[in-house]
Amino acid sequence: MKRLRKFKNVEDLRKTIQQQEATRQQETKKVITVSSGTCGQARGSQKVIEALKKAIKAEGLKDQVILRITGCHGFCEAEPNLIIYPDRIFYQKLTPEDVRTIVQETIKDGRVVEKYLYRDPRTKERAWYENEIQFYQKQKRIVLGDNVFVDPTSLLDYLAIGGFKPFLKALTEFHPEEIIQTVKKSGLRGRGGAGFPTGVKWEATRRSPGDIKYIICNGDEGDPGAYMDRSVLEGNPFRVLEGMMIGALAIGAREGFIYVRDEYPLAVRHVTQAVDQLYRTGLLGKNILGTEFSFDLHISKGAGAFVCGEETALIASIEGRVGEPRQRPPFPAQKGLWKKPTCINNVETWANIPLIIQNGAEWFSSIGTAGSKGTKIFSLVGKINNTGLVEVPMGITLREIIYDIGGGIPEGKAFKAVQTGGPSGGCLPASLLDLPIDYESLTAAGSIMGSGGMIVMDEKTCMVDVAMYFLNFLRDESCGKCISCREGTQRMWEIVKDISEGKGKPGDLELLEELALATKDASMCGLGQTAANPVLSTLRYFREEFEAHIYEKRCPAGVCKSLIRYVVIPEKCTGCEACKRACPTQAIQGTRKDVHLILYDKCIKCGACLEACRFEAIEAQRDEAIIIDKEVRL
Amino acid sequence: MSTSQTVNLEKIQEIVERYGYDKSKLISILQDIQAVFHYLPAQALKQVAGYLKIPLIDIISVATFYRAFSLKPRGEHVATVCMGTACHVRGAPRILEEFERQLNLKKGETSEDGKWSLETVACLGCCAIGPVVVVDGDYHAHTTIRKVSNILHKYQK
Repeated sequence: MKRLRKFKNVEDLRKTIQQQEATRQQETKKVITVSSGTCGQARGSQKVIEALKKAIKAEGLKDQVILRITGCHGFCEAEPNLIIYPDRIFYQKLTPEDVRTIVQETIKDGRVVEKYLYRDPRTKERAWYENEIQFYQKQKRIVLGDNVFVDPTSLLDYLAIGGFKPFLKALTEFHPEEIIQTVKKSGLRGRGGAGFPTGVKWEATRRSPGDIKYIICNGDEGDPGAYMDRSVLEGNPFRVLEGMMIGALAIGAREGFIYVRDEYPLAVRHVTQAVDQLYRTGLLGKNILGTEFSFDLHISKGAGAFVCGEETALIASIEGRVGEPRQRPPFPAQKGLWKKPTCINNVETWANIPLIIQNGAEWFSSIGTAGSKGTKIFSLVGKINNTGLVEVPMGITLREIIYDIGGGIPEGKAFKAVQTGGPSGGCLPASLLDLPIDYESLTAAGSIMGSGGMIVMDEKTCMVDVAMYFLNFLRDESCGKCISCREGTQRMWEIVKDISEGKGKPGDLELLEELALATKDASMCGLGQTAANPVLSTLRYFREEFEAHIYEKRCPAGVCKSLIRYVVIPEKCTGCEACKRACPTQAIQGTRKDVHLILYDKCIKCGACLEACRFEAIEAQRDEAIIIDKEVRL
Repeated sequence: MSTSQTVNLEKIQEIVERYGYDKSKLISILQDIQAVFHYLPAQALKQVAGYLKIPLIDIISVATFYRAFSLKPRGEHVATVCMGTACHVRGAPRILEEFERQLNLKKGETSEDGKWSLETVACLGCCAIGPVVVVDGDYHAHTTIRKVSNILHKYQK
């Protein structure tokens, strides 16, 4: 990498950007882009990269190929993957052994190696190019799309895609008020969950009296099942930092903080490197590019507390205190960090800012619905074929995301629910699949947009178990300040746990609803106010499943351990002994080629046999013993 | 990591000094201490209280509020099972049970010989490749009950 030097002034930076852009456009070499975010690395991308380097060297192609190691490409299912530019040939699920062939055939001889191409499970057709893959169609990747074009550890790479042009524009052509008006007009709303209009927040912070103001980037992406912020921070940290610098200009802040989860080591590393490069090039610090504008940026690492995603708790955490929320008002825009006016926005929100400044408010507001503008990144995970990060225009339907982009449910199972908004959100049933997604529609349906987790559940997911999962999470993460939240989540969890164990009683559901509403009404911060959503939404749409657990002592999905037992279906059992070998307690009897049998007194219901069986010969059935026992007691 | 490891006081002072004895940097200070010792030794916390001139109880309250901190020594190997929603619907609770069974530990415990600690995390954000387990910083994707013994085996030397 070229050594970075300090930019002398605005013109100097402008020229460098032009040079970098021109070099990029005139590039004639092939570029191999390898996805290497956390997921990619977990699937072995680093070994693929090593093998690529060796193969390129061995074939003597060092001067003809550029190897670009990037953040996540979004299609996590296909990791490790690479794209070869300019053709955009997409190879997926690679091992280090595959790489030599790719370098020899595609890079050297210009032939496509079919077997590494993505194969559409429905049409069985292979997709040659990235844009032919169903997963990428219907997406509008304005924020995530650039991940494939930049090495996240290189400022020059970011300049080559026009990075920092928006900042220069804001710095030289806009009055701070104009920046705020542009953001307001664009209709951008906070991507962290609540959807507060970003421009309004900026304006309030700017107008708050006082010389010292702060801005904060909330990267405490705590919702389990959501990881778009990690991907943006890992894959394109400069865009977030540029967004913050524009925000600082508009708001009049001279200091900013990025609060990143401790659980995201790669994101922390990339952001740290990016901040470091901005200081070295004089884009952060005193009198940036010789202008009046000075801005310092600090990184704060979280320490594993979900509640710190709440803005006042996050501020307490940056101040080095226990991350407990406090009563609002005063809002952070009035009294935030160290009691100074503070503007907090989420990672994805900040990442949208440079795009809005560069392309204009009208461009941004032309995407989306009347009340929700732009795109939203969702993490499409759970029981879905194409797992990954999808960026879609607001207003797209759940069906389009789950079936067109996500490719439907694996193993031909039926769709049951989709959970959006994390522990503050809810579960939406199949009847709402045609719901156009925006902030208002999701709230009306009993869920929320949240930070964008979208966990798909199939018929084998038990909604009582899901409600219990979220309540367990919330009772664990409740900071304990409000009794309604601390005790409410605990008691709700106990009731649902009883139901899942077959100890539910008539009246439990009504009590749950009452508790849920009380927790919602009496809690101070977002955690408690929304803690009831997972319960209320599952009760609203899947009440009969709760009732089956209570009155019939039956778990229809076959998940709740206390209510099921595993049985061998004799007609399907081939006697292969796979389950027997997998069983940790020797609870399975049977000789080779004979139908096996599960001994209930030894079975601990770990599910190893179910996982091991390739013939669907093991089933979770209603445990009759429990029912008799419970009926006697009832 | 032996439990009897003596706390290097100079190291503690060096860390606090790096943050300019600034009590607002307490969380960062504790993170750095934990990075060195893999847990927060009581003696170190007392030292920090002295250097920052804040009551020990305030430090303990921060150290016990945040999940990332451990007041007990952790094992030589740390297995962390992700309990995120996506991992949950793909069977994470059963993976955790298998780890508990094989290590003969409950979550949050460390084995008596100091070899293993078993922990859980709310979400690692690798939801696409779940169930995810991290052992000593290595990510294991698509974990199954059957893969657990292989994973453990790799580190049991």
